[in-house]
Amino acid sequence: MSSVDQAGLAACPECDELHVRRPLRRGERARCARCGTTLYRMQRRRPEQMLAIVTAALIAFVLANTFPILVLRSQGMINEATLLGSVATLWAEGQQVAAVMVFFTAWLFPLFDLLSMFLLLLAVETGWRPAFFAPLLRALQAMRPWGMIEVLMLGVVVSLIKLSNMADVVPGAALWAFMALTVLLAVILSYDLRALWRPGCRRAVAP
Amino acid sequence: MNARDAGLRACLVCRAVCDATGAGTAPVWCPCCGAAVHSRKADSLTRTWAFLVAAAILYIPANLLPAMHTTTLFGTTRNTIIGGVAYFWTSGSPELAVLIFTVSVIIPTTKMSALAYLAYGARRSTGADAHRLGRLYKVVERVGRWSMLDVFVIALMAGMVQFQSLAMVEAGPGAAAFGAVVVLSMLATSSFDPRLLWDKHGRPDHA
Repeated sequence: MSSVDQAGLAACPECDELHVRRPLRRGERARCARCGTTLYRMQRRRPEQMLAIVTAALIAFVLANTFPILVLRSQGMINEATLLGSVATLWAEGQQVAAVMVFFTAWLFPLFDLLSMFLLLLAVETGWRPAFFAPLLRALQAMRPWGMIEVLMLGVVVSLIKLSNMADVVPGAALWAFMALTVLLAVILSYDLRALWRPGCRRAVAP
Repeated sequence: MNARDAGLRACLVCRAVCDATGAGTAPVWCPCCGAAVHSRKADSLTRTWAFLVAAAILYIPANLLPAMHTTTLFGTTRNTIIGGVAYFWTSGSPELAVLIFTVSVIIPTTKMSALAYLAYGARRSTGADAHRLGRLYKVVERVGRWSMLDVFVIALMAGMVQFQSLAMVEAGPGAAAFGAVVVLSMLATSSFDPRLLWDKHGRPDHA
């Protein structure tokens, strides 16, 4: 086997089956012939388009965390809550474990995802190769499954319905920002990070 | 052909195929991204079982301890996760009850049993149908995160319903325990190496 160029091969991450790489057209993906796992794909979007989407998502993230998600009115009292405000309440009520879990999965990891995507795409666009490129990209890939903005979004909708039984609920500005963020993050997560690794690695085979 | 049988390993970070000739069981370093590359995830089954057992043990307090305290003028109600489902069912939101029941009860229990079944199937020497088990693993991997929904709902409710003496919602220790079950079972899922299923699979399935 050593006579075959490794750069021309792809191994399935789920069943270890070896395949010979083939060039793909934009938007196409190659699946494992044995178990159907996606092996590699040709990105639909170019890095500069992704950079624009990540920038928009960062703006949505800031808005989503600045304004209240829901405004609650009951008996002449008004209460507004932001995501971080809810985390602080959990912490103050002695539920530090739950507070930390929500903080990490709904706030820190998504923010880390957006900021590192921004830096990495910028590096790819400008041809700048900082020393932290590879460690950051590895870290990003490792923490990706732990960012749960889409689950949080559903949670917001569920609490909205639940609370509307008890009080007047007005959707806050952050609710719309969260919706935008969820959609933008779905696009960002569909971007295969493997396209960002050193082009010299094997790009020659899949132009 | 398996990558391992060809003396090659797939890098799970950047998907490069790495030469592992003579490496034995030691990791090799991916020339593309610098990650440590193992032929199969290190101590996969031991780690899977460890996280799985921990998750199963915590599942008991997660269901017995109250997850949410609701205080109104009429007193305090303490609801467990299941109690919250029952509340939705009786308070006229059966669709929310079904949703919360699915993500908080059906998904965690089936996920934990499915992983146990997979870990058992990977150890058994013959007869495992890797196609079927491999698909099961993909489903488990995808749906696990949605179990965090109830933790987010409780966090948001606790952050929002803060009307001092009139109405207060506080998170209970059940929420943290339940969140820990979700995190541990996600760790169990990511420790499991689906390639172990295929190592036992009779072959070839295709040309």
